[in-house]
Amino acid sequence: MQKFSTVTGVAVPLRRSNVDTDQIIPAVFLKRVTKTGFEDALFHAWREDAEFILNRPEYRGGRILIAGPDFGTGSSREHAVWALRDYGFDVVISSRFGDIFRGNSGKQGLLAAQVAYEDVERLWEVVEAHPGIPVTVDLVGRTVSAGALTVSFDIDDYTRWRLLEGLDDIGLTLRDEESIAEFESHRASWRPKTLPIREPAESGSL
Amino acid sequence: MNAVPAAEPRPRTLAEKVWDAHLVKKGEDGTPDLIYIDLHLVHEVTSPQAFDGLRMAGRPVRRPDLTIATEDHNTPTLAIDRPIADPTSRTQIETLRRNAAEFGIRLHSLGDVEQGIVHVVGPQLGLTQPGITVVCGDSHTSTHGAFGAMAFGIGTSEVEHVLATQTLPLKPFKTMAVNVEGTLRPGVTAKDIILAVIARIGTGGGQGYVLEYRGSAIRSLSMDGRMTICNMSIEAGARAGMVAPDETTYAYLHGRAHAPQGADWDAAVEYWRTLPTEEGAVFDAEVFIDADMLEPFVTWGTNPGQGVSLSDAVPDPASIDDQHERAAAERALEYMALEPGTKLKDVRVDAVFMGSCTNSRIEDLRAFASIIKGKRKADGVRVMVVPGSARVRLEAEAEGLDKVFEEFGAEWRFAGCSMCLGMNPDQLAPGERCASTSNRNFEGRQGKGGRTHLVSPLVAAATAIRGTLSSPWDLQGEGEGR
Repeated sequence: MQKFSTVTGVAVPLRRSNVDTDQIIPAVFLKRVTKTGFEDALFHAWREDAEFILNRPEYRGGRILIAGPDFGTGSSREHAVWALRDYGFDVVISSRFGDIFRGNSGKQGLLAAQVAYEDVERLWEVVEAHPGIPVTVDLVGRTVSAGALTVSFDIDDYTRWRLLEGLDDIGLTLRDEESIAEFESHRASWRPKTLPIREPAESGSL
Repeated sequence: MNAVPAAEPRPRTLAEKVWDAHLVKKGEDGTPDLIYIDLHLVHEVTSPQAFDGLRMAGRPVRRPDLTIATEDHNTPTLAIDRPIADPTSRTQIETLRRNAAEFGIRLHSLGDVEQGIVHVVGPQLGLTQPGITVVCGDSHTSTHGAFGAMAFGIGTSEVEHVLATQTLPLKPFKTMAVNVEGTLRPGVTAKDIILAVIARIGTGGGQGYVLEYRGSAIRSLSMDGRMTICNMSIEAGARAGMVAPDETTYAYLHGRAHAPQGADWDAAVEYWRTLPTEEGAVFDAEVFIDADMLEPFVTWGTNPGQGVSLSDAVPDPASIDDQHERAAAERALEYMALEPGTKLKDVRVDAVFMGSCTNSRIEDLRAFASIIKGKRKADGVRVMVVPGSARVRLEAEAEGLDKVFEEFGAEWRFAGCSMCLGMNPDQLAPGERCASTSNRNFEGRQGKGGRTHLVSPLVAAATAIRGTLSSPWDLQGEGEGR
């Protein structure tokens, strides 16, 4: 994962709340077996509307998405994060995120920056008054700046540290391999196992 | 100075006990806890990139014996013996088969008697047990909390993480008690309870929490009913929902293929009895629902929190104070082509979907069949019944339910996720309206432009008979008398 520190670019104001992951990427696009190539699937149904914000030329090349509350609710599909990344977004700003989406973001280098709702409103106003104005998101200082406006954002310390350092979660956990093996050595015999396969008492066949 | 007396152990909730029992390493200085995972369920949609990651890093699956895969999201529900027509669906299924073979994972493929929706298969095999941790790359993993397990959905990066390490770094959840006291009236079900809970706390109300469903109405539910409730915890924003294990839980598990046997069974039950929340344990939040007052419920909008009693009318967005909720309601009514003030019972449907990980277990099928038996569906309404697993299908057929469905004019299908999310050919056409026993009424969820009303199996059945949104109560005077 690449190290993340500061992003400056076009910000796209998405004035919608409850943007669930089915809207970010509909299920029909989940059939690929790769992690890339999802840019066209992003907000697929909404993009058929010529007036949809991503279709407006002044917001082309957006890197920062400023959305309403409860962004990324619903399905666990990480494809939602991949689609946002593939499109070119590095940051999503909202006053509240779906839990699974926020976790997925941190693992794929997408910054989910939680900004107080009043500040989201102020960012929308600046960006809509000056479409294409450069917006800067600073992960070190936890701030978003647009023109004369600077607001702060929240992110948990651990995710911030991992993003700043570009660290791989699995590698971090495997440093604790001994603790995992120790835990496993005490696991009760009656805890479930999938193997070997046991047949149910009554047998059936199709 | 006097020595500080040793503190009495603090009474703990069910969720705290399960968490503590799976702590591999306590986090320090803001780092998360490392939690051991007892059971990892895998399906074809959220796993290919995870296996690819393992392959690229040269990592094995740490515990194939705690991992199980099934094919469900993409699988056809007709002609399952023929090659899957859609090439991308076929690729995804074939990729899972290759990955399972390469990494030594148990897989139940289309045509296998244990194939089915991952959240139906785990409990059915007896793998889902009280006090364990369960994860799956699917947000409806919360279903398994019905057994007193801590079960939650994860993203693909986390799937890879669990495959490689059998653990997850996690921050502790907060706890919320959802107390449902009283007795449900006939015709009111577990589905109505959970739709009412979500309407009460909202789609974001459970964020950061594990919900524990408690109270006499929950205790009196079967395991299938408890699974329906826990299943939809995610629709209230909570990653997990739990019900304390009790005699109902043990009776369900006893004798299942992977349930503990012999002396192990006794040891397990002894441990399971220690799990329920202790007297005096404190929840971070509490909600109270009066079961006596509940009516059959239905959603009118495009998120699961937008629901009301079926006897109500479509609400007027102008009456909603919160500006975001109001804007969301306006948008939802436009998408759903509904006017404020319209009686929900006057809303005509084109389709009825009976299935999904929320409501496709044998009791759900029996409930649906009990209402439609001996009747014909309304003209012009397409009715699809999709069992949750191949085994549920067999069980239903052994009871003759398939005949009841077919005589009614419903399509009796093979097991899978089907029209809950329309990844396979089972989709609504644009503009079609569906009464669905599934879990999400999001825009386009059941097919592009499709309109979804979430309901219980009983409401789905009454709606299929009348052609308009209806509950069994509306069948009175039509010879039903429920």
